[in-house]
Amino acid sequence: MNKTRLDKTEALGEPTQPADATEQAGAAGQRRAIDPADELVRLTDVEKLFPVKRGTLLQRTVGAVRAVDGVSFSIARGETLGLVGESGSGKSTLGRLISRLVEPTGGSIVFDGTDISHVSTRRMRPLRRDIQMIFQDPYSSLNPRHTIGSIVAAPLRVQGLAGRGELRGRVRELLEQVGLNPEHYNRYPNEFSGGQRQRIGIARALATRPKLIIADEPVSALDVSIRAQIINLLDDLRSELGLTFLFIAHDLSMVRHISDRVAVMYLGQIIELADRTSLYEGALHPYSHALLSAVPIPDPSSQRRRERIILRDEVPSPLRPPAACRFHPRCWKAQDVCRSEAPPLVEHQPGHLAACHFSEKRSVV
Amino acid sequence: MTDPSDTAEKGDTAGKGDTGAGAPPFLEVRDLRVRFTTDDGVVRAVDGMNFSLQRGQTLGIVGESGSGKSVTSLAIMGLHRRGRRVAIDGQILLDGEDLVTAPAARVRELRGRRMAMIFQDPLSSMHPQFTVGEQIVDAYQVHNKVSKAAARNRAAELLELVGIPEPRRRLDDYPHHFSGGMRQRAMIAMALSCDPELLIADEPTTALDVTVQAQILDLMRTLQKEFNSAIIIITHELGVVAEISHDVLVMYAGQVMEHGPVEQVFAAAEHPYTWGLLQSITRLDHQLETRLHTIPGTPPSLINVPPGCPFHPRCAYRDVAGPATGTVRPELALTGPGHRVACHLPVAERRRLFREKVTPTL
Repeated sequence: MNKTRLDKTEALGEPTQPADATEQAGAAGQRRAIDPADELVRLTDVEKLFPVKRGTLLQRTVGAVRAVDGVSFSIARGETLGLVGESGSGKSTLGRLISRLVEPTGGSIVFDGTDISHVSTRRMRPLRRDIQMIFQDPYSSLNPRHTIGSIVAAPLRVQGLAGRGELRGRVRELLEQVGLNPEHYNRYPNEFSGGQRQRIGIARALATRPKLIIADEPVSALDVSIRAQIINLLDDLRSELGLTFLFIAHDLSMVRHISDRVAVMYLGQIIELADRTSLYEGALHPYSHALLSAVPIPDPSSQRRRERIILRDEVPSPLRPPAACRFHPRCWKAQDVCRSEAPPLVEHQPGHLAACHFSEKRSVV
Repeated sequence: MTDPSDTAEKGDTAGKGDTGAGAPPFLEVRDLRVRFTTDDGVVRAVDGMNFSLQRGQTLGIVGESGSGKSVTSLAIMGLHRRGRRVAIDGQILLDGEDLVTAPAARVRELRGRRMAMIFQDPLSSMHPQFTVGEQIVDAYQVHNKVSKAAARNRAAELLELVGIPEPRRRLDDYPHHFSGGMRQRAMIAMALSCDPELLIADEPTTALDVTVQAQILDLMRTLQKEFNSAIIIITHELGVVAEISHDVLVMYAGQVMEHGPVEQVFAAAEHPYTWGLLQSITRLDHQLETRLHTIPGTPPSLINVPPGCPFHPRCAYRDVAGPATGTVRPELALTGPGHRVACHLPVAERRRLFREKVTPTL
């Protein structure tokens, strides 16, 4: 099922060239909307199964968690792609696949023209400088025994990007770039607040001058007033340095603010992908409708008038995902076809893809 | 203290203007202060807090980490170990009975029977080695002299009430068998075991996905209608407050900055800190902004709370408010029905600023 579907729907939307996209929309399904030269990352039918083992001595595989199951999309240079989904949707695994912290069990990942799906750790090392990550928890992602100077300098040392002489100067520059006092070079992470620690994490990610930054829930551990500071910082860095971002988050309003395009994941699959305006003003997939309608709106009067979709149950286990359309057990529109046939991810409007038999444009906010 | 609103009723008489005028409030907190003595100094976690709450009403307490919101809830529940290092002053009146001066045994009796608490992380607040059923049965039997079988029936009823499918079978599951949302439901079931009249929920949905959060908030609303309980929900998420609360109380550095009916506070906030919170969040219901508004700086350490208004070092309008803002602590004064604000800015000026400077940026 996956194979045939993905052959047809390799192509993805390209928001920066609407003219092209419209032109190509006619030849539905058989084209790539992002000019290959503009493509920084391309995923084709990427799959990651985590085997589930039983027994201590003689382990046998009793099943597999289908964490990521047949995902295809591209990220254009300079673009920010938001990736949303609930826990267990596979969004973090997808981020770790692209940074090749884990190896895919199927499909291919091409980064900047190189197929990195199965390259060895050694061959991956030089590529690591181009792909960096920012993590969620600023408390556990920084080694408490290292000074922030040595934390930020680590990628430069490992990659041999700066000699002893230049190292200090470059680190100070980085600290300044993320809004920290370069004089704090010799301090330890515990002397900093959550927001400042996240800035340290960002400085470390920027050290190797990467092309792609994968930010996995970079602000969800921070206080409201600090979140905005970090988001603005990421915004500034993006335009100053021309960075490409994969922004993984569950906060849909934050994703709307920062992303050019947004992909919605459910149980290892992408169920909708669109430019931000199309998604937030006219989502097609019922799951996207449910997600958007669940976001609380800080306005008591409009909140009360608002139509809410309250989903039944929770995300099923990725160990035994429902057959055919994975959303059907929770979907209020489900018909027989949803239980027997998986809906392909098809383009409904230029650049707007959805995988639903009964998709319908709807604004729920 | 030349605040023109001085003529208005003072914060000390908190609650008079609150909902349900006439009836004495079910919960009344008067000038609550909680201090912790540490090696680094005295932490003033809650510093003079006043509010009241009626049955059937929900109060949302919002604030950032370290604002004292969780300490307040633990104080009400009597969960601070009093002693050399912890000092609690003021009054916490639950249906007229002062919990601050009550003996520990009495507070323990009330806890569970008349008041209960739901924590953020149900995995760490349930015992991993006992089944969910055993834990609910235990909690129920502490306060009710009933047989194990009767308590078990009650536990199954409760699980059903909070929407857990196959409640009888799930009683024998351990907490780790439950998903996050189901665990939170089980936690609510346990808290409800003795029909508490006051329920405190400390970040009950923060660890949950949005679709599950919507389910849990819906559940809390339904249960409140059924039991007419008073609920305090502590959160940093303004959207959650807007959705579920009748009143909202904004805390900063252990002090109340603003308190009032949600409609009033969200539509006509009067404290610059509340403005900052409202401005710095991204909202699905508003036009995209190119840049997020931020509150400069970080919240203060509770050991060294700035003198005067604790928010003044980060306040964009401190110059308008005059020099008193750095020296005199503003009183929490009534500015409208049930709406209290602690700010040195003159009332008219606050309203003008909100209308002209803040509203366009929301």
